[in-house]
Amino acid sequence: MADVIYPRLIGAKLRSQLAYRTSFALDFVAQILAQWIELFVILVLFSQVSALGGFSREEVLLMYAFAGAAFGVADLFAGQLDNLPTYIRTGSFDVLLMRPLGTLPQIMVSDIRLRRIGRIAGAAAVMIYALLHVHIDWTPAKVLLTIATPLAGTVIYSSVWIMACSVCFWIVEGREFANAVTYGSNAFTSYPINVYSRPLRWFMAYVVPGAFVAYYPSIALLGKQDPLGLPGWVGWTSPLVAALAAGVAGLVWRFAVRHYRGTGS
Amino acid sequence: MLAGMTTNVVFGLLRVSVIVAALKAADGEIADYDIAATNTYVWIGQGLLGFILLWGNNELAERVRSGDVVVDLYRPWHLQSALLAQDVGRGGFAFFTRLAPPMAFGMLLFPFQFPANLVQWPLFGVSAVVALVISFSFRFLVEISAFWLLDNRGLYGFWNISSGLLCGLTVPIAFFPGWARDVLWMTPFPALLQAPIDVFLGHGNAVKILLYQVFWAVTLLAAGHFALQRAVRKVVVQGG
Repeated sequence: MADVIYPRLIGAKLRSQLAYRTSFALDFVAQILAQWIELFVILVLFSQVSALGGFSREEVLLMYAFAGAAFGVADLFAGQLDNLPTYIRTGSFDVLLMRPLGTLPQIMVSDIRLRRIGRIAGAAAVMIYALLHVHIDWTPAKVLLTIATPLAGTVIYSSVWIMACSVCFWIVEGREFANAVTYGSNAFTSYPINVYSRPLRWFMAYVVPGAFVAYYPSIALLGKQDPLGLPGWVGWTSPLVAALAAGVAGLVWRFAVRHYRGTGS
Repeated sequence: MLAGMTTNVVFGLLRVSVIVAALKAADGEIADYDIAATNTYVWIGQGLLGFILLWGNNELAERVRSGDVVVDLYRPWHLQSALLAQDVGRGGFAFFTRLAPPMAFGMLLFPFQFPANLVQWPLFGVSAVVALVISFSFRFLVEISAFWLLDNRGLYGFWNISSGLLCGLTVPIAFFPGWARDVLWMTPFPALLQAPIDVFLGHGNAVKILLYQVFWAVTLLAAGHFALQRAVRKVVVQGG
């Protein structure tokens, strides 16, 4: 049943959003701009310096683009979890539990915003530019890594989103806590992680596995030595980290949903 | 509130790190910003963000869309002044909850550049309050655009997206290339965040900065007043 319902739900959402063409086009442009604000910041910084943490402008742009594309896709599917406090406070989470479908996929397809593709397009354009301007000794394995990186990053961000938003089952207005980790980790992963202080890096790169979204894969692609001293093969482990994160996120979500108490109305 | 503060601090830490990394690559100083000045800049910025309320809630625009604004308009008050008074009151509370904590956090835990001259403290206070008035006038204009647009979420979205960069929240305006810097200082955007920070850090002439801010506060308030006057002529009340 689920395999019929989800495409239909998504289809209905997409059609409704395309109903107002001009509004959609403006929103789309706004999303590209939203993605490029950080690009402007990087360009402004590089108008003053020639390297950041030992990486050139194009190399930083590559990390920024990997992070942006992965975050854009994750936002498309997992961003709806930001509405979780509303579901919990009003008790409408009961409705999701009543239906014979998983709660998580129901929330994910509840509000897919097509305009967020603008964000992904903005990041993809920068990614193409960066890939053409950095020095990479291309091998088939590296081509595969280039494709796998945004996908693994998407899974990592989505898992982080799920785990962070699970807090809302205990602290209903915990959304801003979650945002510190979700949007914060997007900001974090857009730069080489060796620019951050140790406690911040320890938390955002390894506890929240942000370093595996863009930093380590980029280092492996560029054939650079990690300034923090981890061996080169770490850059190839992102898909494993993604699988692990998704597994943990699934467990956390199950545990959290069991703690849900309806409002009783 | 604690949750909001966590987000605020996390983003502050991230921004300090990136700018400090740039400083290290540039031998410790860019455009009068060393490590202490950067920490000061970031933590005041994180505090002002909530004090001036850079990103509002677009409530008035929603009231225009739903028609509830009629109730606001038939009260015996000047709507803009009443809302400004409300916003200044909110600012008074936000001073303690939003502005003071990040500044104290920065002062206690990081190298911090205190004003060289005691008179900079009250000047910073004045500058921050004028910034609050400008921020209000901006939000007011964006919100009453709903009288013409009905759905102003596009405009509101553009404001939310671009204001951080244009006001000097994400990166100091002094870091911009010369032409961009000159263009930005001709607009009211730096008056919102960069101006009070510059007064605190002693960058530039404080009196000049304050005059620039007052000019924009008056201009934008006047623009809001006349725009509202025109907007009210368009309002049709459909009975009770």
